[in-house]
This record gives sequence, structure tokens and C-alpha cells, in this order.
Amino acid sequence: MPTLPRIAVVDYGYGNLRSVAKALEACALQVEVTGDPADVARADAVVLPGVGAFKDAAEGLAERGLDRAVVKSIEAGKPYLGLCLGLQLLFEEGHEHGVTKGFGVLPGIVSHFGEIEEAGRPLCVPHIGWNEVAFSGSHPMVEALPASDHYYFVHSYRALPANEADVVGRTEYGGSFASAVAKEGIFAVQFHPEKSQSAGHQMLEAFTAWVTQ
Amino acid sequence: MLLKRIIPCLDVDKGRVVKGVQYVDHVDAGDPVEVAQMYDAQEADEITFLDITASHEGRRTIFDIVSRTAETVFMPLTVGGGVRSLDDVRDLLNAGADKVSIMTAAVKDPDLVARTAAKIGSANLVVAIDARRVARDGGGVLVPSERSGGERLAGAGLAPVVPGETRWEVCTHGGRTPAGIDAVAWARTVAEAGAGEILLTSMDRDGTKSGYDLDFVRAVADAIPIPVIASGGGGDAADMAAALDDGPGGGHAQAALAASIFHFKETTVGEVKRELLARGVPVRPPAAV
Repeated sequence: MPTLPRIAVVDYGYGNLRSVAKALEACALQVEVTGDPADVARADAVVLPGVGAFKDAAEGLAERGLDRAVVKSIEAGKPYLGLCLGLQLLFEEGHEHGVTKGFGVLPGIVSHFGEIEEAGRPLCVPHIGWNEVAFSGSHPMVEALPASDHYYFVHSYRALPANEADVVGRTEYGGSFASAVAKEGIFAVQFHPEKSQSAGHQMLEAFTAWVTQ
Repeated sequence: MLLKRIIPCLDVDKGRVVKGVQYVDHVDAGDPVEVAQMYDAQEADEITFLDITASHEGRRTIFDIVSRTAETVFMPLTVGGGVRSLDDVRDLLNAGADKVSIMTAAVKDPDLVARTAAKIGSANLVVAIDARRVARDGGGVLVPSERSGGERLAGAGLAPVVPGETRWEVCTHGGRTPAGIDAVAWARTVAEAGAGEILLTSMDRDGTKSGYDLDFVRAVADAIPIPVIASGGGGDAADMAAALDDGPGGGHAQAALAASIFHFKETTVGEVKRELLARGVPVRPPAAV
């Protein structure tokens, strides 16, 4: 019997990793929470969760040499699951407390929702709560998910992908924004599947199946 | 579209869920992790833990409860109560909280909100505001109190009460200490400083199940561009529908929080949501079970 694929959940100093790790373990994966670039390099797939500010996260990853390990894993074509900041960091720049460089594996920037009027009132930012994601495209993860479902969001910034082909999920909030992106081994979402009860569990199971195949 | 949220709240004292009426007379309502699991099964939209433990040594128990909850419950978790510093916020996020709520510490040190938001971002930072209605008809001119550091709160001091006008005064320390600060002005101050959400509790209504203070919720929700969670007085689905209503008489809140009606199994989150949907409130449909 083959051994279970090893998933590295990247730990860069802070952020809620327990829920992510436990949720993936519930999907029968061998999960290792690690801040060691060597573990990331050895893993069959990488999960990058993230709570907090873009700048802090990017700096935390760089200090530990984790940014290069993650990018190498992506370049090697290994599955990558990005959650919240794990989506944002894929892009070239984050515009939060100044401009911070991201991984640059997808073209585009990350910026604040800004001041938007909707129905005569300012749109509430942060975007907090359950909102609908409409999936599209032919990525293997998308094909394993329902056409749309509700997931839990908590963020003030969102990615503006330069390449529309990278966008596989859209959500309405002050207009439509990219809530899921994918390209080859990359699948990343702005919401929190590890906090999205049955809909989120289904997504993590789909990731498990994708990694295992 | 973004849906409105229903949030059961657990007051936690020395590791147990308790619920009181107007902040006194606490009754035991169970083990926090078990209660959280029950709400997860009911598909509550979030859950909130407020640690009301008074003793310093008892306070570490909340970290254990948060981490045990985050390991078993895959739903959003907000934790507040006794959070004093950026380090406290980080520790709770690391333990498994998704959002952390600060209250008294923000009143004592208004700059804490800005410092914390700069480090962790606004989205995970909640500021809790507890307030009471103050005299409508010139029942006294209230000024910023010294103990609250009110003079440092530009624009947030409690202005003289104008006859016929309703105002709400911020209270701290679990609702026991009037802070001499106008709650609407304070909400503006913390929103500008980087709070991501306001957990707004009417202490006049807390535990009474007599309905949210809609005038208060609306006054705050309309004054700031961040979400407001209505708290205090939620007795049934009709009360929640009123708090979440965006119409002229509604509370304009993004979320409604309640405790006793859920803990004592008077109703379930699913039942409340079915009634909200029937009333046209956009909430996530309840679990099929």
C-alpha cells in the first residue's frame, strides 16, 4: 500500500494553523505543520494559510527562507493550496501598509476594496461573512466542486489578477472580484475553507483527492 | 451577495459557559468546546467566546479552550474579554481564534487599535462597545471621566445631553464602569483607527430578551463603514430580523448575536434561520438536519 502523500502546512510565525492542519487530517492526509524550508521542499504538496497583513506575512516567510521553498515547490508543479493571504501572496505586489513584493508567480496586484457606495450606503470593508463563490473554468479542483457555494470570508484586500485566465472563482462584493485562482498546480482561495463547515470540508477533500491521484 | 450572520455567544468564566441577566446572576450553561460543537452542527455562521473570568490566574484557561475548539470545530471563532495588548491578540490568533475583540484596553489606550491593526490588519480585529442609554431630558451633563482617559479621545467625549436627544455612554470592565464617552463617537474613532468590526452591546437590554436597542444599533451602523454585530436583547427570530433589517426602522446590522435563547435550547440556529428566510432576511440556509 502506498504511503499517504505528505502535505506541508507552512508556519511562518503566526496565523491559525491548527484548524487547517486538523481539517486536512480529517481528510486522511499526512499533515506536517512546519517552518522549515527543507520540509516544504520534501513535501508532496504545500498549503499556505494566512491571517494578518500582507507585509508581515511576506516578511515572516522571507526571514525563514520559506518564500523560496514555496515558489520552488510551485515551479516543480506540486499542488499548492493557498488560503486567504496564501492567495494574495502569489501575486506580484501587495499594497497594504506600503508596497510589498509577493511571490510573483501570478501576474497582478493585491489592493484594498476602497470606498465603494452600494445602495446609497458605503460598502462595509472588511468583507466579513458568508458569500457566494461562482466557479468556472476547467481546473481539476473546479471540476470537483459544485458550480457555486457559500464560504466564509474575512478580508479588506483582494487580488486583481492581470490574467483573467487565472481566475476560477468570482464573488459579488462592491462588484465582482476574484475569490479563487488556479493555474496548473496552484489552487488558491480568498475565503477560508477550513472555517466553512461542510462546503469547506468538501473543498479540502477535493484537494486531498487531487494530491493523491 | 454577502449574507447576514447569526452568532451564538458564549460567556466563559473559569472554563465554563455562563449566562447572566444584565451582567449579573450567572447560570452554568456547559462546557465551551461541547457547546461550540453543538453550534457547529447547527451551522451557526460564527461563534463568539467572551472570557469574563475575573481572576488573573484563571485567564490562561481561555487559550486552552480556544485551541481545543479550533481543533474540533471548523467554523469562524471570535474571542474577546480581557485582551490587553497586541501580544494577547496574537496569542489568541495563534491559539485558533479567527478574530479577536478588544474593549476596555482600547478605551484606556486608544492607540492600541491603530497599533494592532497595523500589525495584524483590520479584518481580524473587533472592537467591542458596551453602552447604556443616558438621560434623555437634561438628566445631567456628562463629561469625559478622568479614569477613562477621556480627554485623549478626540471627539469621542460625551457631550452634554440635549433635551429630547438619545445618547449612549460607553461602559467598560464587563459593563460595570461608565467611561464618560459617547458610544457613536467612539465607534467612529475606533473605525478610523483600524477596527474591522464593532460588537455592539446594549447593556440595558443584555439578557432581557426584549429585543435589540434598534435606535442604538442603527445610530452606530450608519455612522461607520465597517460591519456591526448587534448584541443585547435578542429573544427570537423577529428581534434578529429587526436588527438585521436595512430599512428605515431596522438596526442596519450585519450580524445578530444571541446567547441565552440558544444555550437553554429554547430554539436552534436552524429554526431561527428558517424564520429569517421566511421574513426575507438573506441568511445562509440552515443545515438539512
